[in-house]
Amino acid sequence: MVNAGIDDRDVQGLVRFGYAHLPEACFLLLEIENAAAARSWLGTITQSLTTAERLSGRPKTALQVAFSRQGLQALGVPEGMIRGFSPEFISGMSGEESRSRRLGDVQSNAPSTWLWGGPSNVPHLILMLYADTGALEGWQKSVVGKLPQGGVKLLRHLGNSVTDGYEPFGFRDGMSQPEIDWRLERQVGSKDQLEYGNLVSAGEWLLGYANEYGKYTDRPLVDPKDDPENKLLSAEEQPDKKDLGRNGAYLVFRQLEQNVPGFWQFLDTEANHDPRERRKLAETMVGRTMEGEPLVSLASSPIAGIGPDPDDIRLNQFTYESDADGIRCPFGAHIRRANPRNPDLPYGTKGFLSWLIRTAGFGRKSIRDDVIASTRFHRILRRGRRYGKRLSPEEAIQMGKADSEERGIYFICLNANIGRQFEFVQNAWIIGTKFDGLTEESDPLIGNRELVPGCPATNTFSIPQESGVRQRITGMPQFVTVRGGAYFFLPSIRALRYFTGIG
Amino acid sequence: MTPQSSFMVVAPLVSNKTSTLRTLLASMNHRPGVVDSQNNLVPFGEFDRLHFARFVVLDDQTLSDIAVHGLPRPNLATYLAFLGDCDGPADEFLAELTQRAGSGLRQIFSHCEGFASDGDLLRWMQEHEQRPAAMYVNWIGRTVRQIREENELRNALAVYLDNNRATIAAKNLGQIHDDLRKFVNAEMEVGRLTLTPPAPAPLAWKVRNFFHLVGVPVVLLLLAPFLLLYLPIFLVQLRCHERSDPEIVPPPDPEHVKKLADLEDHDVANQFSALGSVKPGLFRRWTVTFLVWILDYGSRHIFNRGFLTRVKSIHFARWVFLDDKKRLFFASNYDGSLESYMDDFINKVAWGLNLVFSNGVGYPRSNWLVLNGAKDEQKFKHFIRRHELPTEVWYNAHPGLTAVDLERNTKIREGIEKPFTAEAEIREWLRLF
Repeated sequence: MVNAGIDDRDVQGLVRFGYAHLPEACFLLLEIENAAAARSWLGTITQSLTTAERLSGRPKTALQVAFSRQGLQALGVPEGMIRGFSPEFISGMSGEESRSRRLGDVQSNAPSTWLWGGPSNVPHLILMLYADTGALEGWQKSVVGKLPQGGVKLLRHLGNSVTDGYEPFGFRDGMSQPEIDWRLERQVGSKDQLEYGNLVSAGEWLLGYANEYGKYTDRPLVDPKDDPENKLLSAEEQPDKKDLGRNGAYLVFRQLEQNVPGFWQFLDTEANHDPRERRKLAETMVGRTMEGEPLVSLASSPIAGIGPDPDDIRLNQFTYESDADGIRCPFGAHIRRANPRNPDLPYGTKGFLSWLIRTAGFGRKSIRDDVIASTRFHRILRRGRRYGKRLSPEEAIQMGKADSEERGIYFICLNANIGRQFEFVQNAWIIGTKFDGLTEESDPLIGNRELVPGCPATNTFSIPQESGVRQRITGMPQFVTVRGGAYFFLPSIRALRYFTGIG
Repeated sequence: MTPQSSFMVVAPLVSNKTSTLRTLLASMNHRPGVVDSQNNLVPFGEFDRLHFARFVVLDDQTLSDIAVHGLPRPNLATYLAFLGDCDGPADEFLAELTQRAGSGLRQIFSHCEGFASDGDLLRWMQEHEQRPAAMYVNWIGRTVRQIREENELRNALAVYLDNNRATIAAKNLGQIHDDLRKFVNAEMEVGRLTLTPPAPAPLAWKVRNFFHLVGVPVVLLLLAPFLLLYLPIFLVQLRCHERSDPEIVPPPDPEHVKKLADLEDHDVANQFSALGSVKPGLFRRWTVTFLVWILDYGSRHIFNRGFLTRVKSIHFARWVFLDDKKRLFFASNYDGSLESYMDDFINKVAWGLNLVFSNGVGYPRSNWLVLNGAKDEQKFKHFIRRHELPTEVWYNAHPGLTAVDLERNTKIREGIEKPFTAEAEIREWLRLF
């Protein structure tokens, strides 16, 4: 098949760029009241959307738009087409109790407690505004002012977000990202069995391209007669169909409130008020220093998809192969959970015999061997933004119980298969109390500490020690609370034009 | 060592009684997916030799799939299956079950064809027994009692290590190990911990097991010349079938998936029950029979220590032929969510899945019996969900514990019971906590 490559100008820029140079951002949650008015309004903003095209000058603002399933329905997209989207998207983040269970959205994190995105409270679309310092407020007002009366209503405005690369607890954030195979050159192969790589197939992020299995993820395909104006591209693997998903992605949005005083006060007590110990403990929980340096040593050989930028190499050229006992970076540390960086097969020597032995499951050295899934099938592109001002550990400790301000992260991630990517990472790795042979603990930062039947606790954090006996933090409270969230579809420009022409 | 065994009672349901049966089975649960282990019908929690048990209605929505092979939908009744895994002989267990839960079982089985409410329950169950063609036990010999005792042991030691952090820090490894052993001994003396010594393996089982261990390779060796001669023909036949066998892998009905998902993820472990038809014709029938036979041998004698090839998340699994090998039923108890389980299938043992299930109607196309198939991720996931059946009632004797937990706890116990000599050994052992 002729490889046409990705049409940059058809992809919303968020897939390719994090807009780090645009520190201000806000997210408008909207409801469609009148489909025709909404479509014509969308028609006018389509041309202002920022695409993935690399421009000579950096844009001063960026605008993106994404829809929930309810939004597509409200826009008049036929049910038959909507059925082609993934079941996770159709059901929504809060649509089923079983999904909430898997995501850990229970009790104090349950959708019924959310500010937005609960079962009867799902926004139809999200408008994402990114701007240079000082440029957001006026622009945002004008965008809101142009919403058609009686056509599109502003439900909620998620603002107060100015990014400087640090998350509210004070850690440098967003350094590790998968490298998208933008030129469609990646050949999945035997190298992936033994080596972790950071270059990931385009089909893991964008619908309509081959994924890490070399297959095409399910997505809505349209009969050409339903696209008389020929607005959509053909599906690569089924050229007799038009691909509504192509160049689009699923966008997962979660508003995560962080209890910064609670976090630092707990650590301060654990560390007997020693600032150095306190910081060390926090860094152990994260797996990086507050400035972002990984706790494990760098790998001696390059990793595909990392570098050549020396900063990227310094921060990301590592795996946990050299730290099999979790001495440098605990097994349960946040970054080790979120991205375990392991290849398809357990580590070992090259060669057919060794491959055969490991494929048959033999040659194990510890109970931990081979319990984590191969990482490359479970990557997400993170595009989150902090909200609320930063607080230094000292300020947080002096603050007392009540925080003066809401702080947290608008967690945003992109993927092509919500179930296999975002949900898997959240369920098996982040909140999983049995991750990597651990027990009685979930993610030290964002775990919910909810009890699991049959387990005495889930609020501990084990720190393996060289000497043998692990240190263990017990009685950790919950530091992060889910306040809202939804699954959106970030359409291609072509798909958006198609939507606006429906009806 | 007490070997594990399994039972599976399968009986056709009276055609109009399926929905009342489902309601009755639902009454055994606190809520869907969460059994009341002390329920009035079968109080599973009172049987301390029982690992897992389930009731599942074998209502196969995919029966008409066989039409792609030009055959009419077989006229098969909907069955009720009651299956479980226990320590020691299943016959003894079933006898105990009928004595202590007889009236509940009678009430349940009264929905089945030909069940006489005043008849001999145990005999009826034995007459309706379906033996597995292959059976996987994560750790042959590990009893429910052992699991519970070792978990208590691990929990007590973990708390001891937390509470004595300061004093432990000042000690060397040998002293720490001694301290922990003394602590356990003291706890055992006051009856807070128990570590029951393993019972010797029954002689009859040992003999049977030995003959199986040796017998199967001998049979294979005797057959080898014929098998080798047949191999080229087999491969030609196989490729013909593989090239033409149709796939049936549409996305599963969302309602069906919701029903299944409602039952999942209430515990760190989950149940899986699935049913499908074997492809018609002698070729597939013999192939799957032979491969499941090999699989059974592998899991009895090779994969009986915590892993089935690369998969460490399965506690018990079984493959059962039904209806004169027209259908194959698969049931397992596994750790994690279904997404993780399928991930293991696809990324760790796709070849193994393909060997058996590529003989099933509609399975994603495999090549050379081991390649592709399950590797076709989305088609495979659709296939799995489509063939999965809601497990109406599911009991797990050790909730909250994964197979990896069980292995770790056993290793912790070993370290308490045996004196280490080398420091490195003690360090490795202490890393288990």
